[in-house]
Amino acid sequence: MLKDITLGQYYPADSILHKLDPRVKLVATLIFIASLFLVKSWVGYGIVTVFLFFVIRLSKVPFSFMIRGLKAIIILLLITVGFNLFLTPGDRVLVQVWKLKITDQGLRTALFMAIRLIYLIIGSSVMTLTTTPNDLTDGMERLLSPLKKLRVPVHEVAMIMSIALRFIPILMEETDKIMKAQIARGADFDSGNLVKKAKSLVPLLVPLFISAFRRANDLAMAMEARCYHGGEGRTKMKPLCYKGRDRKAYGVLLLYLAVIIGIRILGSYVPLI
Amino acid sequence: MSIKAEQLNYRYSPGTAYEIYALKDINLEILDGQFLGLIGHTGSGKSTLVQHLNGLIRATSGHLYFNGEDIYQEGYPMRQLRSQVGLVFQYPEHQLFEVDVISDVCFGPLNQGLSKEEARERAKRALQMVGLGEESYSRSPFELSGGQKRRVAIAGVLAMEPQVLILDEPTAGLDPRGRDEILDQIRLLHQEKHITIVLVSHSMEDVAEYVERIIVMNQGVIAFDGAPREVFRHYEALEQMGLAAPQVTYMMHALKARGLEVDENATTIQEARETILKAFRKE
Repeated sequence: MLKDITLGQYYPADSILHKLDPRVKLVATLIFIASLFLVKSWVGYGIVTVFLFFVIRLSKVPFSFMIRGLKAIIILLLITVGFNLFLTPGDRVLVQVWKLKITDQGLRTALFMAIRLIYLIIGSSVMTLTTTPNDLTDGMERLLSPLKKLRVPVHEVAMIMSIALRFIPILMEETDKIMKAQIARGADFDSGNLVKKAKSLVPLLVPLFISAFRRANDLAMAMEARCYHGGEGRTKMKPLCYKGRDRKAYGVLLLYLAVIIGIRILGSYVPLI
Repeated sequence: MSIKAEQLNYRYSPGTAYEIYALKDINLEILDGQFLGLIGHTGSGKSTLVQHLNGLIRATSGHLYFNGEDIYQEGYPMRQLRSQVGLVFQYPEHQLFEVDVISDVCFGPLNQGLSKEEARERAKRALQMVGLGEESYSRSPFELSGGQKRRVAIAGVLAMEPQVLILDEPTAGLDPRGRDEILDQIRLLHQEKHITIVLVSHSMEDVAEYVERIIVMNQGVIAFDGAPREVFRHYEALEQMGLAAPQVTYMMHALKARGLEVDENATTIQEARETILKAFRKE
């Protein structure tokens, strides 16, 4: 039951996307997300789709892994689509049930919103599936390092994030074990009303919290024993540096962004569908 | 009363890159009242197997019979099965959560639907069985020592009065004395209550003295199944699986190789002593 969460889970494979510098992938994800909100026409979404499909093919990660993250947003997706579908005013009413109207514009916005949300999740899944969490925080730390001048504790934030990411699978496994141990003692997590369900979580949460605090304590001790004192003067075993393929990837990204912006500008002169 | 597995298979994450065969075609029968050791290296599938026995994990394919009934048939009372096949996990930290020892041990019986008084009665009996006295009842389970925590965890399952008690690595992380105490207590339990006991371990030394039958797991299959002395006869094969026979076995084989007429299948220190003395007397 806990295995369904793929966000932040690395899928090992040998592909060009896996080898790219994490900074490139972070920037690419940002550009991709921005492009989703820039396009306003079917032509634009067509280009976005082709680009996304191309990247998924390059990543060599099975498609089923990409859409696994979608399960988490199904309710959000339904609500968004529902609201846009019924509450957008428009010129032509397609269907009317009681006070709820579906207009042509409502249908269009609802579809666009759905596509945006789905692509958003798939796009960020591509990044997390092809980048190890450690690489990801490394890349983030480097990208944000100019902020250090503004006294933003970039290194500390990155460290907190990598520790948090590292602990997600551990705590998930632990939850699974604790659940099993309590189910073996006759605990029932599934049935009963809300109050009973909440109460049944106590035997799960108490050991989980205790173990999390114990682990945090041990980790702090282990870090201190190795003289960790923050980011100052700290060197990396594998410092990030751009290679040829990273520059090419930036080139492709720029081209993609140019096309998207071009389509958007074109759209304001010529009506695109 | 028996547990019977037929062609049991289990795969982790089927259909993905992480797919692993954890169990392959397991056939097994555990008879009533047996004291059984389940041994294997880390990742051999022994923990996965025992979690099948009380229905915590459902096999990918195959059948499992408890007292002749297929537990995978529709409508089988799983909760009842779990109170009859008690499973104690490796880390007591995973199940202790109450404010004091006695209420923690009461958790299982209360889940079985017993009244508070009955549950308390059973908890007291279970704590007594694992050698914890009344002075420990009101202590917090978190301030106990490792060995005591483990006793409370075992008592927590014993209080449900199962017919089969499975202990996953009950001695991991304990010092030699704590280990012997726990194992002695388990043996006593077997002798007094005549319940079936499955002891999961990666150490031959631990179980050799105590169990009457050993099952060796290796890479998801049963490699050996028999009385300790029969299993230890294959000590070279065991070593290749990353397991070792008890030191006594090595010594007896070495003595025999040097020409002393000893029984090389002795598995405990007691047996070894007898056969060595006998051999010297003959000379």
